[in-house]
Amino acid sequence: MQSDTPALDQRIIAGLVHPGASVLDLGCGSGELLHLLAREKKARVQGIEIDDQAIYACVARGLCVLHGDIDTGLAEYTDKSFDYVILNQSLQQVRRIEAVLKDSLRVGKKVIISFPNFAYYRSRVQIFFQGRTPVTPSLPYEWYDTPNLHFLSMSDFISYCSRKGITIEQKYFLNNNKAITFLPNLFAQIGLFLISQ
Amino acid sequence: MQHGKSEIGIVQTRHATVAETLVLESGERLGPVTLAYETYGELNAERSNGVLICHALSGDAHVAGYHKGERKPGWWHEMVGPGRAFDTEKYFVICSNVLGGCKGSTGPGSINPKTGEPYGLSFPLITIGDMVKAQQLLIQYLGIDRLRAVAGGSMGGMQALEWLRSAPGKVESGLLIATAAKHTPQQIAFNEVGRQAIMADHQWQDGNYYGGRLPSKGLAVARMVGHITYMSETSMLEKFGRQEKCEKEPFKFTADFEVEGYLHNRGDSFVKRFDANSYLYITKAMDFFDLTAQQPLHEVFRGLDAKLLVIGFRSDWLYPVWQLQEIVRACKIAGVNATYCEIDSTCGHDAFLLEIKQEAHLISHFLKRVANGYDGADEYAI
Repeated sequence: MQSDTPALDQRIIAGLVHPGASVLDLGCGSGELLHLLAREKKARVQGIEIDDQAIYACVARGLCVLHGDIDTGLAEYTDKSFDYVILNQSLQQVRRIEAVLKDSLRVGKKVIISFPNFAYYRSRVQIFFQGRTPVTPSLPYEWYDTPNLHFLSMSDFISYCSRKGITIEQKYFLNNNKAITFLPNLFAQIGLFLISQ
Repeated sequence: MQHGKSEIGIVQTRHATVAETLVLESGERLGPVTLAYETYGELNAERSNGVLICHALSGDAHVAGYHKGERKPGWWHEMVGPGRAFDTEKYFVICSNVLGGCKGSTGPGSINPKTGEPYGLSFPLITIGDMVKAQQLLIQYLGIDRLRAVAGGSMGGMQALEWLRSAPGKVESGLLIATAAKHTPQQIAFNEVGRQAIMADHQWQDGNYYGGRLPSKGLAVARMVGHITYMSETSMLEKFGRQEKCEKEPFKFTADFEVEGYLHNRGDSFVKRFDANSYLYITKAMDFFDLTAQQPLHEVFRGLDAKLLVIGFRSDWLYPVWQLQEIVRACKIAGVNATYCEIDSTCGHDAFLLEIKQEAHLISHFLKRVANGYDGADEYAI
């Protein structure tokens, strides 16, 4: 996942995960985060990833990974079989976003979720003044070549959680590897949430 | 894949009588039972680095290295050796010819001690379970209590699955490649065509052909059918297209196309090295294999402590990836530590013998994790 804040979001996630926890990372990429969690938090880690090259990289890191897509990857897991299910910058790329969220909350005791903020002020500027689909550091893709299927803002997600009775236990708003607190829906590029049902 | 190290040189097949009498799954008794086997590398002092490689339908114990005077190496030579995926500097690699085979292990072509004649069809029905039972006796004979890994592709993968089911405490890990927990009707059907081809050959003589003319035509046709299922539409198109043979003879239904010539060659070379009755017995063992035995697959895996590496190939239509995914789904339900990878290949089922680079990458790293755990903290890596 491209973003200008990889270090900070991974550090925050590592801070949320308790030592020895079991973790399922949906869309784990080449496994940097799982590697960090296994190394620093002695977490028991499992990844699911669709990309061929990323899978080879995960295996080279000694990680336990399953080659497949997130949309069909959760059904078999029993309830609460992981302490944490992580969707780090992958939620916006799944097809049936609501089903995946629901299943993540079923399979994990807690869910850690991060995604790019579509309402970031620079996106708004590009749409409003240039009339163009925004391209920002956290949403770096052109309209014709993007893996993202869904676009949402911080406010969208927060209001969704409140409507669905999902508890937001922690939230972080990030921009350029810094945490921000002022008007996050405008100034955050990435939102990171710890949620539970 | 070599790291400037020498590869495995000359090797010899050895033989061990693993049982005077083996009670088979059918209840019948067979004995004595001899297995042909080869080993590579050294067993460590703790006797903990044994890795068993199980061969497929037409394979043998000769997985790597060269037999004296032969130019062709073993069937998975690129995967086994110093610095290779099955690193013989780290692991004591074992491969044995299956029970029922014709490459040195007791099979239908062996002499029945009761009659002094080859068994032929008096050889009892054997199962994948019986093959594995014989392997377990061989492992004991070699002084090994617990294997670091059992690995196999195709029918070899079935044996690895059977090891996990029947002796879960005896294996640290299983490598399941291009295989299935049970055959589909389609897989059984292809095997049956092969068997019928053999039995339709009048030289088959109800299996009593030893010392006389062999049912070569029938076995060659069986092999030809097999080879079609081992390749893919794409790999056939790439390899042969509609290319016609160079030396054209007057039309007489001989091989006109390259693909026909290829199949004829494969069939003809196979009959020189394989016994038709073994083909019948082994394909039946594969067809009867059912890891699940009327219970859900995940129940078979429940409580399994071993780590699994499951590998499928996208163009394999004989053992399609859904059969590997089924194994992976069962692992998820049962909470078994599994890694699954689908290798992008156009080679069809043959890919498991050909896609060396990707397989070697996955297998070498996986075995390293089995041996060392994750960053030295094994208990924390699921």
